[in-house]
Amino acid sequence: MAKIRKAGKKEVPALSTSSLPDLIFSLLFFFMVATSMKEVTYMVEIRVPEATELQKLEKKSLVRYIYMGTPQREYQKAYGTETRIQLDDAFADIRQLEDYVVRERSAMKEDEQSLLTISIKADKDTKMGIVTDVKQALRRAYALKINYAASQRTEYHP
Amino acid sequence: MAKRKCPEINASSMADIAFLLLIFFLVTTTMSVDKGLSRRLPQPLPPDMEKPSVEVNKRNTFIVLLNSNNQLLVQGEFLNVKDLREKAKTFIKNEFNDPNMPVRKPMEVDYFGTVEVTKDHIISLQNDRMTQYQAYIEVQNELVAAYNELRDELSRAKFGIAYEALDEDRQKAIQTIYPQKISEAEPKNYGGKK
Repeated sequence: MAKIRKAGKKEVPALSTSSLPDLIFSLLFFFMVATSMKEVTYMVEIRVPEATELQKLEKKSLVRYIYMGTPQREYQKAYGTETRIQLDDAFADIRQLEDYVVRERSAMKEDEQSLLTISIKADKDTKMGIVTDVKQALRRAYALKINYAASQRTEYHP
Repeated sequence: MAKRKCPEINASSMADIAFLLLIFFLVTTTMSVDKGLSRRLPQPLPPDMEKPSVEVNKRNTFIVLLNSNNQLLVQGEFLNVKDLREKAKTFIKNEFNDPNMPVRKPMEVDYFGTVEVTKDHIISLQNDRMTQYQAYIEVQNELVAAYNELRDELSRAKFGIAYEALDEDRQKAIQTIYPQKISEAEPKNYGGKK
């Protein structure tokens, strides 16, 4: 015998949104983990050169950066428009570089000191003269593992 | 008096809060990993020592000069950057034992047995102080690419898979056959003003 249903109108139950926060939170956690905030504020203009044979920089804690480029507009009055070096959050002179590397290295754990990598982030219009000077300074400081920061080239344009 | 029921906390605004945070992280995020060309600098020279004159057989050196106008001079002739890779590959490989190209020496290598290896070759890269950084990186990139392609070709011919997919021992074996030797000469100032 069929059950007789009440002839009242059937209402669609409201969509439960109680799991929405959980969804959003999981997305949020993903981005929090995957994100890497900018290490410093650039005081120099940097457009990294392009290349194809790139390797990833493995451990962030073993990498120190040297930035090179022309000062950004707000600093041009004080620092001119020649290529300058930036270490951490300040402009630096090439003579400070050796000290900087030694200081940074001694601040690292002893067993990791030999793994220190210096990443040179330089603008693509930088002249090689200053890059060579930096490289010589790094050699003197025994920071021999270096990395030229570059971005992946998508198409070939010589 | 009846016990008052504790009202449920309204969680509907939770989503909004989470959204707000999510958008903040979406905006500040930079997903790009740091990438670059890894190199190793040579050991520093003691300050009081003269530059040692390394005796390198002339046929073993591949000289790449990059001048202040970003022009390339490879082994004494003008070359476009695009052709550098092929030229470097033929040099490193020296398939036909050309007397102008590096000496092939027999060597014992794991997995391969005795093979002739151009292990003494050296690629010498010299640049001017006024060379543009992008041009320099391009040349470096082409040279590294030459090595990578050679290693990959050998790996595919021998093991049938890409070099990247090989295990460490096999990669080592291939590296002994094609050791990466790019030397960055002591800086010189070729003509031109500083």
